[in-house]
Amino acid sequence: MVNSQTKELSVAAIRQGTVIDHITAGQALLIARILRLPMADKIVTIGLNLPSKLMHTKDLIKVEGRELSPEEANQVALFAPEATISIIRDYHTVKKFAVSLPENISGFIVCPNPKCITNNERMFSNFTVIAGQQIKVRCHYCEKIFRRDEINNFSL
Amino acid sequence: MPSTFKGRDVISISEFTKPDILAVLKKAAQLKKQPQPKLLEGYVLGSCFFEPSTRTRLSFETAMQRLGGRVVGFADPSVTSTKKGETLYDSIRIVSQYTDVIAMRHPLDGAARRATEASDKPIINGGDGANQHPTQTLLDLFTIQETQKKLENLSIAFVGDLKYGRTVHSLAQALTHFNARIYCVAPKNLQMPDYILDELKANKIKFSLHEKMSDILPKVDILYLTRIQEERFPDRMEYEQVKNIYRLTAQDLHGIKKNLRILHPLPRVNELATDVDASPHAYYFEQAHNGLYVREAVLAMVLGKL
Ligand SMILES: [Zn+2]
Repeated sequence: MVNSQTKELSVAAIRQGTVIDHITAGQALLIARILRLPMADKIVTIGLNLPSKLMHTKDLIKVEGRELSPEEANQVALFAPEATISIIRDYHTVKKFAVSLPENISGFIVCPNPKCITNNERMFSNFTVIAGQQIKVRCHYCEKIFRRDEINNFSL
Repeated sequence: MPSTFKGRDVISISEFTKPDILAVLKKAAQLKKQPQPKLLEGYVLGSCFFEPSTRTRLSFETAMQRLGGRVVGFADPSVTSTKKGETLYDSIRIVSQYTDVIAMRHPLDGAARRATEASDKPIINGGDGANQHPTQTLLDLFTIQETQKKLENLSIAFVGDLKYGRTVHSLAQALTHFNARIYCVAPKNLQMPDYILDELKANKIKFSLHEKMSDILPKVDILYLTRIQEERFPDRMEYEQVKNIYRLTAQDLHGIKKNLRILHPLPRVNELATDVDASPHAYYFEQAHNGLYVREAVLAMVLGKL
């Protein structure tokens, strides 16, 4: 109880919308951009480096007035594999789920290979997610395989 | 037998199952034995070379013509609107309206896959940057099978630039279907990349890494030499250090297996002396020639005629 109260204090409660919790610390701003939250004309509250029992520190995002679908939420799983999504209605959690890795990630990852066609023509990127001990992605076009930490550019 | 290849794009060897590979090799062998000069009569190949490659282009175009088909296209990007900033998508979309099948080469990785999105006609990848060149891999396999009368359980050495060598990457991947024993001979900084070695491991393919060619020569059935390609090196110093490191001459060909055949994707620079040409072990010109039959087979199969 004490813990949840601290949480409430850190980031304001929302009436209706989505809470993305247990985001890997440092990734919330990227995730907000991937989900295009700043552009959406909704109130977004972001907490960075919050204390977490499970994760030591974590980030958290609250979006007022928008319910994320699992498909949307899964797009961020590569960057926050432990994230949990709570759908809030009338201040109550009505649905809660963990993100899971999607088969494909389309659009926002810039292929780290400068000689990839996706970096030389107006088009969307497309990556297949390779699950495993260390998650990797494979470019649908140049077929190169990249680790999470090799992906540093995004078109958002 | 109606071909499951009809309408299919040929972009990456990774999309070829073992039965796929064997089907192409079988058709290629039939075409080599018995030419079919009217098989593709009335069909037009679009030959789109956004990067010059005379050898590959002539091979595709000759293959089409020897099956009775016709060819339109370009050999050099400076004559197309690419120079004026036209996207690959638009170029391919237009060519695909005039043609039944497209063979293309492009300097960028993934260009062939992109082209498939612009065309409802089959695209055959004749090389996309450092990525894939599947008909090369198929002609390599065809040649190995032709010289050894089998594909399974062979000892195969790759020599030269294994780090940047697209040809050896694809061939090594394809050989995972055939229980090969693979020897990788390269200077330490040009060894086979980890992702290929991981794939070999995952498929339980035995391999070992070597720096000296002489160590492995007596053991192998196929010696696959590659050129050290200057243009693939980001660092010129690195190139200068290794460019002449391997050189096979006729003198080296002793104590070797009788069935050993030497392959090379050509063009060669210094790694393969011309005095090897006269040896019964030399097979690289036949290998290049086999490209014709493999490309004939692929063209006819994706057009649903074989
Ligand atoms: Zn790519």
